[in-house]
Amino acid sequence: MITLYDYELSGNCYKLRLQMSFLGIDYKTVPVDFYPGREHKSEWFLKLNPLGQLPVIEDEGLILRDAQAILVYLASKYDPSGTWYPRDNPALLGEISQWLAFADGITSTASAARLHDALFYDFDIDAARAGAHRLFRILDEHLWFGEQQGRNWICSASHPTIADIACFPYIILSEEGGVPRQDYPAIRRWCDRVKRIKGFTVMSGVFPAGPGKIAA
Amino acid sequence: MMTKCADPVILNLWHPVGAIAEAAPGAVQETVLLEERLSFAVDADGEPVVWRSRPDVQRADHIPPADRLPAISAYGYVWTSLGSPPAELFPIPEYQEPDRRKLNAATFGVNVSAPRAIENFLDMGHFPYVHTDILGVEPHTEVKEYDVEISVDRDEILATRCRFFQPMASTASDGGADVDYVYRVPHPYCSVLYKSSPVDETRRDVIAVFLQPVDQEHVRAHMLLCVLDEDNEDKVIKRFQQTIFGQDKPILENQVPKRLPLDPRAETPIRADKSAIAYRRWLSQKGVTYGVIPAAA
Repeated sequence: MITLYDYELSGNCYKLRLQMSFLGIDYKTVPVDFYPGREHKSEWFLKLNPLGQLPVIEDEGLILRDAQAILVYLASKYDPSGTWYPRDNPALLGEISQWLAFADGITSTASAARLHDALFYDFDIDAARAGAHRLFRILDEHLWFGEQQGRNWICSASHPTIADIACFPYIILSEEGGVPRQDYPAIRRWCDRVKRIKGFTVMSGVFPAGPGKIAA
Repeated sequence: MMTKCADPVILNLWHPVGAIAEAAPGAVQETVLLEERLSFAVDADGEPVVWRSRPDVQRADHIPPADRLPAISAYGYVWTSLGSPPAELFPIPEYQEPDRRKLNAATFGVNVSAPRAIENFLDMGHFPYVHTDILGVEPHTEVKEYDVEISVDRDEILATRCRFFQPMASTASDGGADVDYVYRVPHPYCSVLYKSSPVDETRRDVIAVFLQPVDQEHVRAHMLLCVLDEDNEDKVIKRFQQTIFGQDKPILENQVPKRLPLDPRAETPIRADKSAIAYRRWLSQKGVTYGVIPAAA
């Protein structure tokens, strides 16, 4: 069984919990006391990941770090529909990789702002928030133009991909870093669509889609 | 010395500034209390030293005794005051019981006023909706009648006979149960909760929230766990409480207005808000102005 080294309040760990829930994969969790215990910098954890970062998974002897890398791995291995990471579609794979890198940018801005505000990390908060707004503006326009063309998801496909999973957590948690999404209506609509994907699960700070609306 | 906070009631209280478990001996930590930058350190014996931050002092033993702020160590935290604090902090007798697990679940920064956070801590009505499948679940949404008193002797609010169905009351739970709660508010910015222990029906787990007012609309929330649990690792117990608090956080941060209105007509309470009504009245009677919108005179 897959083992996820996990911290409940980590958006990067949430990416994997979300994906495994979408795919219906069973897994077990090893809690890591990221805060306040800094267990991700402990000796035993650094043996798993010398970068001292969450998440890490272990699957049939394979140890893998980095949320985006793990999304690629799990989708390639465990998605029988082949839609989350369509290996036979080079253009789509390129697009997905582009947005996986974009998700890393969200981590270094919106997630950094959240770590600053909630866990007292010594980051330049103004730069983190400005960086997040810059990325949100770009994504909002991208999603808005997509909607005009009948596209609901980040990449050019009729179904969500791991790019949607990778971008979702630190966007939906952005207010905890003082980054409101008020000015990004297309992002807000997209968040709602993600919440209505079958198998969606929440983490602390994320609420399910409201009742009374029918999925698009 | 001039202070930025002009509320004498709040200035003269003890306030928490950091967890002793996370303070390496001698290491100086910087924090903010009531809009003032403070430095603190804990020596190898656990004795805390707190002072107003200044660039020429980087070590606790370099700060002259006259320039130190009042400091005590209690319930696993360093407490200080910018005014003249009482001789003793409010009691939590259970903290002395040797078989309890005593942990700082976490210290989180929250964009909320301290009184709004206390009110949320006292509220049972949100359990099924915000802490779904943990502290509550539909259709068990009713907040049954409970008792609230403002104890004049002890100068604290006491809510008793609170009862709520909880699918998973703690890490030691093995299923849903009706859980008894007692809430105390012994300090305008601190609350102590007692809830039935799943492992010993004669005793209660103690969970306290101690709010450090950074300014009128921001706190550092320190969460003390003092619980009966022989099986789970510290990090599992902490994770449970952090999960709960992480669910409350967006609710707290979206309260409008951020400061707690004390005018009884400002917000419409329901019966379940009895303890919140007593809390607001108690703050008014004390003359608290910091972190609240005082009632018009």
